[in-house]
Amino acid sequence: MSIYLDKVAQPSDDKRWKLVGATMRRNGYRRDALIEALHTVQQSFGYLDEPSLRYVASSLRVPLSQAYGVATFYHFFSLRPPGEHTCVVCMGTACYIKGAPQLLAEAEKATGAKAGETTPDGRVSILTARCLGSCSLAPAVVFDGVVAGKVAPAGMLAELHKWKKHDA
Amino acid sequence: MTLEELREIASKEKASRQQISHCLNICMAAGCLSAHSDAVKESLAEEVATVGLRGSCRVQGVGCMGLCSAGPLVSVEPTGTLYQGVGPDDATDIIRSLTEEPVTRLECSRHIPFFERQVGVVLENSGRIDPERIEDYIAAGGYEALIKAITEMKPNEVTEQVSKSGLRGRGGAGYPTGLKWGTVSKAPGNTKYVICNADEGDPGAFMDRSVLESDPQRVIEGMVIAAYAVGASHGYIYVRAEYPLAVKRLQTAIRQARHLELLGREICDTQFSFDVDLRLGAGAFVCGEETALIASIEGRRGTPSPRPPYPAQSGLWGQPTLINNVETYANVPPIIRNGGEWYATRGTRKSKGTKVFALTGRIAHTGLIEVPMGMTLREIIFDVGGGIPEGRKFKAVQTGGPSGGCIPEPFLDMSVDYDSLAQAGSIMGSGGMIVMDETSCMVDVAKFFMEFCMSESCGKCIPCRAGTAQMYDLLAKITDGTATHDDLKMLEDLCDLVKFTSLCGLGQTAPNPVLSTLRYFRDEYLAHIEEKRCPAGVCKLLPIAD
Repeated sequence: MSIYLDKVAQPSDDKRWKLVGATMRRNGYRRDALIEALHTVQQSFGYLDEPSLRYVASSLRVPLSQAYGVATFYHFFSLRPPGEHTCVVCMGTACYIKGAPQLLAEAEKATGAKAGETTPDGRVSILTARCLGSCSLAPAVVFDGVVAGKVAPAGMLAELHKWKKHDA
Repeated sequence: MTLEELREIASKEKASRQQISHCLNICMAAGCLSAHSDAVKESLAEEVATVGLRGSCRVQGVGCMGLCSAGPLVSVEPTGTLYQGVGPDDATDIIRSLTEEPVTRLECSRHIPFFERQVGVVLENSGRIDPERIEDYIAAGGYEALIKAITEMKPNEVTEQVSKSGLRGRGGAGYPTGLKWGTVSKAPGNTKYVICNADEGDPGAFMDRSVLESDPQRVIEGMVIAAYAVGASHGYIYVRAEYPLAVKRLQTAIRQARHLELLGREICDTQFSFDVDLRLGAGAFVCGEETALIASIEGRRGTPSPRPPYPAQSGLWGQPTLINNVETYANVPPIIRNGGEWYATRGTRKSKGTKVFALTGRIAHTGLIEVPMGMTLREIIFDVGGGIPEGRKFKAVQTGGPSGGCIPEPFLDMSVDYDSLAQAGSIMGSGGMIVMDETSCMVDVAKFFMEFCMSESCGKCIPCRAGTAQMYDLLAKITDGTATHDDLKMLEDLCDLVKFTSLCGLGQTAPNPVLSTLRYFRDEYLAHIEEKRCPAGVCKLLPIAD
């Protein structure tokens, strides 16, 4: 087995591949480590691209089709790089009945990117979440990983505007 | 680790607490954290240092105190004073109050039904102990149940106590836990697994997240006891990747439990060995279904398989596997500590114990509550929950997430237990309760859940894959104002078809939100179809063409 594994070269000499390798090694290069390994790739690089899928698949001796299947099945994995800033509008039930659809519409209008898209300049991604579990703070929006509760449209637009100002 | 050693840790911890005169508990669960309770904690710690109280006043982060809508929450021991909406600037006043009168402008009374009507079993430590220190859990009586189970009881005696308690699966379906444990322990095979389902995917539910963030050791202890009862030596906690804080606290908890040899080889110098690994979910709702969850732990796409065989016979890697929900495991330590009969004194005839609910939506006190089974919806919503704000009128409460239904006003005096909720056309579910007032359109709510099921359908079986999409289209036609009576008829037929022919629970229960709203709010559907009008004013109907 080890001879075979030695042949799988890292896609580049980027140090982050070491983290991915460590996750696979910790799991004994077992096939069931596929999702764990993809989590590490996404955590380190922000998304999964073809070279990373090929690297993980061949290291774990999983068909590339299966790795691609897993990467596309789970919503958490993204095959495209995220924008520099991300705005995630929670669309869970509690947020929904407290006005999340209006927030999303405002965010889409302000940035020109639809839910799931990134602005053409790669600055801002508008995303939706199933439920953040921050229901007591509904409606909730995550700006660059920081959860904001009881968000009003004006507050959200102000946050989005901040990103714009810095970019100008 | 023996009972004596455990008690020594507990008494050492208690002794160190004797040396301090005050303890400030700051909620560091996700709800209060998103209201910046970390800054409050920092500011309180600084203030304590500035006024030179470091030796006598402890500042510690704790788990959820329940009243999330009033966060950040800070409680002061030993007086029990609770402060709400605390900001970093309030630190000076709070520290000064330790020797003087409480800060009245921040005080939140504990003598309100929200606190007084609750019973803490699962949440007994929540908001009281530091979730990142195992010693705190041990000082609160933690791990005594485990040591009692594996040193004094036979595995079947453990299962017997759980059966006696009447505990039913808290993930939603309500299968008797003792029966499940018995099946797994009797299943032939030397390798068995125990899995904790922490893939809390129902939108509007955060009970499991809160338990994991506030008292992770309790879940681990419950799992180890379960593993002993069924004869498993390895376990997995399958937790949502969307809950980074819960993941972090679980990692810390597992490391600390291993360090004290409460996890690992030959626990308490017995023959029994057990260890636990974390597996991160990746955002697929269907993975809450047990066979799909197993597929996901095996590193595959999370698609369900037909049952039988049930996981109890053939689960993870084809071996007998016990799967229970977070809250179910969290109930186990008190059951073993106090006996099954003690547990069964609470609740109704067929639903024993307490249940944790996440109260959200149009309700005054949003947050996390634990009440005895059998409390009425009216008591939960109007007493504990404080009723509907802004003088609005209650319309419905949604339980059970996308698998549940909407319960209208006439059922408010119904007791909340597995069977009554099922009779009313909903389910207990994992414990999300979303309250709606007259500003919610029930057709729109049904459409919301159908959109959810449509996108979350794994695509393996046709009734669910195609049926949910067709039902969504029909609901969209109704909310657009372009539907006819034939469409409504077709929607009802499809509900039946999808319900009875889908492979797994996701599809089988996907029509429930539609069926329950049709049952109680048919007039709203008809208003959309016949009068092209949305009674709640939510849907933007197309103007009638002449």
